[in-house]
Amino acid sequence: MTVGALALTGCGSKIEDSGSATPSRAACGTVNIAVNPWVGYQADAAVIAYLATNELGCKVEKKNLTEEVSWQGFGTGAVDVVLENWGHDDLKKTYIEQQGVAVEYGSTGNKGIIGWYVPPWLAQQYPDITDWNNLNKYADKFKTSESGGKGQLLLGDPSFVTNDEALVKNLELNFKVVYAGSETALIQAFRTAEQQKQWMIGYFYEPQWFLNEVKLVHVNLPPYTAGCDADPKTVACDYAPYDLDKIVSKKFADSGSPAAALVKNFQWTNEHQNAVALDIAVNKLSDDDAAKKWVEANRDVWQAWLKN
Amino acid sequence: MTTLTGTAGAVRRRAGELPRSALVGAVVAVWVLLWIPLHGRATLALSTSELSPLHERLNDLRDAVNNTRGSSPVFSAFFDVIREAVDALTVFLQSLISQPAYGRPVPLIGWLGVVAVATLGAYAAGNLRVAVLTAAGFTSFGLLGFWQESMDTLALTLAAVLICLAIGIPLGIWAGLSDRLNRLLTPVLDFMQTMPTFVYLAPLTLFFLIGPASAVIATLVYSLPPVVRITAHGIRSVAPTSVEAGTSLGATRWQLLRTVRVPLAKRTIVLGVNQTVMCALSMVTIAALIDAPGLGQVVLRALQTLDVGTAFSAGLAIVIMAIVLDRVTTAARDRVETRYRLGPRARGRRRVLLAGLGVGTAVALYLSYTYVWAAYFPGPESGGVVGAQLATGVTDVTDWVQLHLGAVTDAIRNAISYGLLNPLQSLIAESPWYLVSAVVLAVAWIVAGPRIVPTAAVCLALLVGTGLWQEAMVTLSATLVATVIVMALGLVVGVWMGRSDRADGLVRPTLDAAQVMPAFVYLVPFLGLFGASRFTAIVAAVVFAAPVAIKLVADGVRGVPATVVEAATSSGSTAWQVITKVQLPLARQSVTLAANQGLIYVLSMVVVGGLVGAGALGYLVVAGFSQSDLYGKGLAAGVAVVLLGVLLDRTTQAAARRFDAGTRRGKDS
Repeated sequence: MTVGALALTGCGSKIEDSGSATPSRAACGTVNIAVNPWVGYQADAAVIAYLATNELGCKVEKKNLTEEVSWQGFGTGAVDVVLENWGHDDLKKTYIEQQGVAVEYGSTGNKGIIGWYVPPWLAQQYPDITDWNNLNKYADKFKTSESGGKGQLLLGDPSFVTNDEALVKNLELNFKVVYAGSETALIQAFRTAEQQKQWMIGYFYEPQWFLNEVKLVHVNLPPYTAGCDADPKTVACDYAPYDLDKIVSKKFADSGSPAAALVKNFQWTNEHQNAVALDIAVNKLSDDDAAKKWVEANRDVWQAWLKN
Repeated sequence: MTTLTGTAGAVRRRAGELPRSALVGAVVAVWVLLWIPLHGRATLALSTSELSPLHERLNDLRDAVNNTRGSSPVFSAFFDVIREAVDALTVFLQSLISQPAYGRPVPLIGWLGVVAVATLGAYAAGNLRVAVLTAAGFTSFGLLGFWQESMDTLALTLAAVLICLAIGIPLGIWAGLSDRLNRLLTPVLDFMQTMPTFVYLAPLTLFFLIGPASAVIATLVYSLPPVVRITAHGIRSVAPTSVEAGTSLGATRWQLLRTVRVPLAKRTIVLGVNQTVMCALSMVTIAALIDAPGLGQVVLRALQTLDVGTAFSAGLAIVIMAIVLDRVTTAARDRVETRYRLGPRARGRRRVLLAGLGVGTAVALYLSYTYVWAAYFPGPESGGVVGAQLATGVTDVTDWVQLHLGAVTDAIRNAISYGLLNPLQSLIAESPWYLVSAVVLAVAWIVAGPRIVPTAAVCLALLVGTGLWQEAMVTLSATLVATVIVMALGLVVGVWMGRSDRADGLVRPTLDAAQVMPAFVYLVPFLGLFGASRFTAIVAAVVFAAPVAIKLVADGVRGVPATVVEAATSSGSTAWQVITKVQLPLARQSVTLAANQGLIYVLSMVVVGGLVGAGALGYLVVAGFSQSDLYGKGLAAGVAVVLLGVLLDRTTQAAARRFDAGTRRGKDS
């Protein structure tokens, strides 16, 4: 997918060679940005691509890939930038430490929260449900055809490493983990649960555009302390908050491209990302239009990213 | 005399059959009795995040390959050459019809040119009817607002199909001549078709990098087998008398092939081409996971925001493309025969029309190369002329259905889950592995004969070896339930279609659409209706598998000679009696084939099921694709799916053959 200027106008006109009509201001060249399959990431990529194209004159290639495949691309030169990385210590070990083809490039400013959530109607009607100690009291209500007589804890996206099976066991909860299998399935389940006042508890995360539609409520597990999740067999605490960060290929970092500086300086808040994500997901704007809207309204935020 | 022996055969058959079903019943009864004390023991359960030593070894293997990529000369010599060739072909096709190229802001051929060339091609290969259909179909891509995406999909599909044909037809001809090669190829082709694509998607990008080559090769792996198999079948079924005639005229082996075998098998070979095209199109959405451009991207994106409407209109474009390509290749197949029968006047008319279309196409090509209006499909940039309204309409309808039918669909799900699926699953998945294995071997022996036992035993042993026995058993139970539903639908709708031309004309297009509409499109509404559950996965599998079963049953019923049916009707049989006593028994072969194909198609949806709450093998395959720790486990799960497929396929095929032979012996006596 190429974001580029088209030299086309009006009806009946002839097609002219675009050639090198738009001279780039600096030696920027091509930037390959991996786009991982969730809307928040899409928002990051939209804004960076917009700025790199329109402010720096780069040619941006967006590549729609899952996380692991994107990291593979660092070594082969197919991917220069991963804009929103959730942890992935195993991949960091392989590609940063062992192969030395990628480097960490700082935080995006977004805070990633993972945990168990319930639909808002449930939290309103049974306020004590947000404390894990009370979950067993309601376990019966969470029963479904899938949960084998226990309460159902719905897990979703297969791309996240989760501790939930161990948590259920170690916290002695009368629940069974059921795998929804995709983010789509999970969102639809929460949407139905809120719409039809069904009992439901499941794994979810922020930032996520869906939270702007249905404000899911976080269920508090025993609080996270450093190292409490070290052994996946005995873990009995909430998930660590993630500091979402950027990863770029070694080659790109050394290239001196102005786009590399842009990626390095890129930092914004969850509210910023949600605004762009909402425009893409709910208001159906194209990536480029959503980015343009945000860029025009937040000049002071991104001006700082362009300084070397 | 014939009636007498016929009846005697039928009696003997019935007598031979009764103990067989009774034996199966006895085996199941013993199983249930043993289940009571033994259940929960030796189920070989492994929790989702746990790994067996095999899974860890597979992870290490992947890491080793990953680390040597680039430094090993094998890669640069072998894989890079293939990658560059495939890339070059794909990029060339893209620059013709979909992507800006050669310093132009648009591809070489604009929409007008593509529509004209496609129409001309459809007429040249087929007839006027499919030419009109092609023109309408291609125009609809633009009207839906997906012109460029459709052309990207078309370019990629064409690249994959061209390579498939270049490899598949010669290989198929060879396999048709050599029994040894055929025996060697069959398991390889089985593996290529049943191994879930998710398993090799990530490794493919290791070998062929992220880019068009990987997407094309992923498509190729899945769509190569049909053309090889069907070509081999075509060569094999050339009448021996024709070959003998050629030999007696002194033809060499090569001449025989060129002048007798291939021309006579041409019709079948074109059918293989048709099936390969369909398979390639069904990979559009999955290849999009590794950045294949086109309609698959639209579907995946829409899925992230649960935008059913947009996913549907992109899916519709895929369906239209499939139907156009299917009808054109089918017409081409029929023309292979009718060409010789055309009179001189008809041939002349055809030539004039071809010349006219040729000139028109040349003009269209020039216009679309030169002018903006003929290069860009007119209409608003997003949603096209009708796409946006269609998307909104579909979204409104699904929202309404989900809101108002929730109670009904919950009841259906619970009835099937509690009444059928849960008991079956606890019987199969909670029995000790040796008990299930013994039952499977016993049942296979009874229905398919002793020769199937070694194959079945090997499959079962390998299943234990994957470390995913219990997961495989959960998947097996859902597969069986789905197949029962598929066969129920297959019999009811198939008989209805087989008996009535009107029903056939009414239902067939829906079946075609259900087969090629990417499953990803209807997952969201199904999730809304049935929640994330095994039943949702079963419904998705039924939508995909039922059309095949229905079509096969319908063809079988249609194939029953009309005179036999008339005789039965005139002797006072009711419609029910005609169906159960005449039509279905005589269509037995088609019905057993439908059951076999139904099973295999259901099994090919295991991974999609994993995306909507079926858990088990399907979930593990998906998780293996997206979590590097689970890679080895996902690979093992993929192998387990293949093993289940081989086990079920071989057993049902052997059962059908035995059944058939028994029937024929009964008839002959």
